[in-house]
Amino acid sequence: MSTRLATQGRLINRDKRLEFTFNGKRLQGYEGDTLAAALLANDQMLVGRSFKYHRPRGILASGSEEPNALVNLGEGARLEPNQRATTTELFHGLTATSQNHFPSLEFDIGEINNSLARFLPAGFYYKTFIHPRFAWKHVFEPFIRQSAGLGKAPKEADADRYEHFYAFVDVLVIGGGVAGLQAARAAGEAGARVLLIEQEPHWGGRAPVDGAVIEGKPAEDWVKDTLQALEAMENVTLRNRMMGAGVYDHGYALGYERVADHIPGSDLPRHRLWRIRAKQIVTATGAIERPLSFAGNDIPGVMLATAVRDYVVNYGVSPGDRTVVVTNNDDAYRTALCLKRAGLDVPMIVDVRPLVTSPLATEALQAGIRVETGKGIAKVKGRKRVTGVALCLQAGEGSVIEEVKCDAVAMSGGFSPVVHLWSHCGGKLIWDEANAHFRPDPARAPTGAQGEAFVVTAGMASGAMTTGEVLADADAAGKAAARAAGFTPRRFAAPKAAEEPSEPMAPVWMMPQGASYDLRMKMWLDFQNDVKVSDVQLAAREGYESVEHTKRYTTLGMATDQGKLSNINGLAVLADALGEDIPQVGTTTFRPPYTPISMGAIAGEARGEIFQPLRRTPIHGWHEAHGAHWEPVGHWRRPYAYPKAGETVEEAVHREVLNTRRRVGLLDASTLGKIVVKGPDAGRFLDMLYTNMMSTLKVGRCRYGLMCNENGFLSDDGVVARIDEDTWLCHTTSGGADRIHQWMEEWLQTEWWDWKVYVANLTEQYAQIAVVGPDARHVLERLGGMDVSKETLPFMGWQEGKLGGFDARVFRISFSGELSYEIAVPASQGLAFWEALMEVGEAYGMQPYGTEALHIMRAEKGFIMIGDETDGTVIPQDLGLHWAISKKKEDYLGKRAQARSFMDNPDRWQLVGLETLDGSVLPDGCYAIGEGTNANGQAEMFGRVTSTYYSPTLGRGIAMGLVHNGPQRMGEVIRFGTPDKSFVEARIVDPVFYDKEGEKQNV
Amino acid sequence: MLILTCPYCGVTGEETEFAAGGEAHLKRFGPGSSDAEFESYLFARKNEKGVTFERWRHANGCGKWFHAARCTVTLEVFGTYKAQVTEPPKEILAAIRKRRPGWEPAA
Repeated sequence: MSTRLATQGRLINRDKRLEFTFNGKRLQGYEGDTLAAALLANDQMLVGRSFKYHRPRGILASGSEEPNALVNLGEGARLEPNQRATTTELFHGLTATSQNHFPSLEFDIGEINNSLARFLPAGFYYKTFIHPRFAWKHVFEPFIRQSAGLGKAPKEADADRYEHFYAFVDVLVIGGGVAGLQAARAAGEAGARVLLIEQEPHWGGRAPVDGAVIEGKPAEDWVKDTLQALEAMENVTLRNRMMGAGVYDHGYALGYERVADHIPGSDLPRHRLWRIRAKQIVTATGAIERPLSFAGNDIPGVMLATAVRDYVVNYGVSPGDRTVVVTNNDDAYRTALCLKRAGLDVPMIVDVRPLVTSPLATEALQAGIRVETGKGIAKVKGRKRVTGVALCLQAGEGSVIEEVKCDAVAMSGGFSPVVHLWSHCGGKLIWDEANAHFRPDPARAPTGAQGEAFVVTAGMASGAMTTGEVLADADAAGKAAARAAGFTPRRFAAPKAAEEPSEPMAPVWMMPQGASYDLRMKMWLDFQNDVKVSDVQLAAREGYESVEHTKRYTTLGMATDQGKLSNINGLAVLADALGEDIPQVGTTTFRPPYTPISMGAIAGEARGEIFQPLRRTPIHGWHEAHGAHWEPVGHWRRPYAYPKAGETVEEAVHREVLNTRRRVGLLDASTLGKIVVKGPDAGRFLDMLYTNMMSTLKVGRCRYGLMCNENGFLSDDGVVARIDEDTWLCHTTSGGADRIHQWMEEWLQTEWWDWKVYVANLTEQYAQIAVVGPDARHVLERLGGMDVSKETLPFMGWQEGKLGGFDARVFRISFSGELSYEIAVPASQGLAFWEALMEVGEAYGMQPYGTEALHIMRAEKGFIMIGDETDGTVIPQDLGLHWAISKKKEDYLGKRAQARSFMDNPDRWQLVGLETLDGSVLPDGCYAIGEGTNANGQAEMFGRVTSTYYSPTLGRGIAMGLVHNGPQRMGEVIRFGTPDKSFVEARIVDPVFYDKEGEKQNV
Repeated sequence: MLILTCPYCGVTGEETEFAAGGEAHLKRFGPGSSDAEFESYLFARKNEKGVTFERWRHANGCGKWFHAARCTVTLEVFGTYKAQVTEPPKEILAAIRKRRPGWEPAA
């Protein structure tokens, strides 16, 4: 069993006990524990279930590479799934639950998958798609969906706060082990601004655990001294609990600081995302120990050898009373010796190497540990916990020589430098034969804007394996980074470390070498996603030669740990199966972030009200005070309707339509785009932008125009007014103002840069109010100051002057078919003008109306709406707008495209009006259904509804839609499918439902 | 995230301050052009691996369009220049050749 030891535990404070719960069980740990250490101290080795086979899973590692110990952490608004117990600092009141099991961790029904493992090999998902066809829908999909996903998604809004930091430094050092500390020191001493970050709460990395001796003192003391020196430097900033998440173009890096994970409920932000610009980046990210592939290597109690040592030394926790150590290198002997010193039993060291005479091996023998060389583990015994191992010859096929009882296995397959951050932005790797790992190739570093290398690795991340090599490499890296950032390094020598003689490791990718299929299908490569040696070999047999394809086919390395432990082992197995060398097969792509970062940190402060700025018209406050029901339009909020007490929104809309049609209504149209186009070539420019002729528009007159993109598709519309000889004012849709302004700038700057034209977006400079209805003129006359008679200001004319004392520009344009004036006043006068209108309008029963009434009235008149009748595939000709397309112009944007054979063709879906036979309202977006089916077995469709409303004016449903050859089919009755799978019959009619002759607007 | 310098206002800024606008130096084909010409103008892009000429706009700055010559493999930026040209200026070509001896623009 795993338990707390009476001695050791350099990171814990035994004077401070902390209470926490795991699956509801109340447990105790110490301040300084990780959740994993505290669970082990309470003999909770079983912590979860694997993804596919629901195999029992125990704690495997002691750091961020942990694939198994993932828990749901916290509750309610602070619940977060997939948190690694190995990097979760224990705090008082922590609650954790295990994942991926039903009904309980100890007894899990899903474990039946384990018995079916033979039938769920690599790529079985993909195979289920194909054979047999019917099975996917009825058998496999429901089953896979039910079992998919680790952990539980939180249901409440996140209670915590997050923020972003920006930092600009000369040298960013990622990793606070001895290498990072030395690199930071060397760069700091050169005078560079240095930011040193470390993902753990403590500094120094592995060296103090491993008993390294630096400059004649224990590593622990050297770390303390160096930290002190760094803290004394004004140009050096240190941050722990902060991970280097990613390295990006031109020295950009993301840091993920877990500010308050260990003190929940404090007023600190929980996480900070640091957006760092560094001239140079030093990655001192260390190395990760690799598991060994032997049968049963996933049974709880099998752990990485360094992790076993970490738990003993750092937390005073022993993973087992009797631990068998299995290794292909010298380092694991340190674990054996460490356990022995702690008074625990090490029945055997199993070393695959035939002969080992290194000092560490001698020390182990002197300590009375039995060392079996040339041997391997044939099989681990046990199910939810290791009970023993079976010994075999590494060179053989797995015949059992002897069984050894134990309750833990410490394995070491060698070390892989953490090359992720080096690789994120293009750093390349080379294969190191001696250490059987990929390490950064300093000659092919990530490059910056001038082609210069901007990342340098330090210590084990470079492939250095002893403390002395690590320090020398880190010192050189720190100096090189400072030099590249423009500083002169000091001539201090790198610190010296006590020698650590060792024997070369022996690469072992399978144990034993000739293992049978039965053994290979129990050798785990990816512990979280359940990928085994046999799966990768199957993928190779089925023709997956690329490591990237094999990854996706087998899901190797696709779990939340992104294959930190599994990738190298997996690709070695693949290389062997393909008969190729490992460097030829290569690695999969390393992508940021290094470990998952919270969505909250990514969002930072951008949530709630400040997620997106809200644009408000000058009259916004009035609308709010008068009970507006809002509709979002671009970044604006517009009143959808103004419901009165006791009125539904729909009733309000109908009242607003009828009141406007019968009397007079008022609309806040301030969001309408207003772009002024000015200059000697302005007319010529607008002739290119609009499909119709704008250069011939007379001063004082307005014209409706259409704009297309170069694909010929309709992109915006609006009324253009000619202000003077070289000035036009272009109205755009509310959502399109910024886009159209940019569109104009783009053409002027990049195509017709010699044309003398200026454009300016004046949208927010003016409030614009539409006074609409039979009494509109009376209202304005009541306001006084300007002659707004038919003779002076005819339909499609505009004029400027004082209206009721306001500086007004009055346009006689109509989007409702009624007598209508749109009046622009300076934004600062907008609210006062609106209120003045409301006051004089009272005598005429004037009421404000919202966007829905506007939509209904335009639909009654058959006016199109960009975004309803258009969707980026519709040309003006489809909408019967030929009259707005100039035949005389040689060119306009979109003209060439509209001449393409499939555009210049009447055989298209075209705009018509639709009237249901029963007067009902057609569902929005529904399709006209024809006879028979298409090539895909779907119902034939030949049209769709683009706008559909109940018309209070006509007392029935009206709609517009695009129908195949529609205008030639007037009077035909067609049927539309509805969401409840019934049909509605509708007659094709003219899209103008109301006042076809346009008499009402022209009075 | 790239760092670029706007040749109009002189500001050196993060990529988020700019908006990418696709391949530079396209020739517009309008009415009268052949289907093949129009297709190549509208759809065919070089998408080169290596030296590339791109349009950028200083969207959260002075609003001007400009061009950047850069390498899509190494992320080197050879230079930025104003958009009112139909081909890369000589000094930009010289800057590219200095770091890519023998480089010739693709046809």
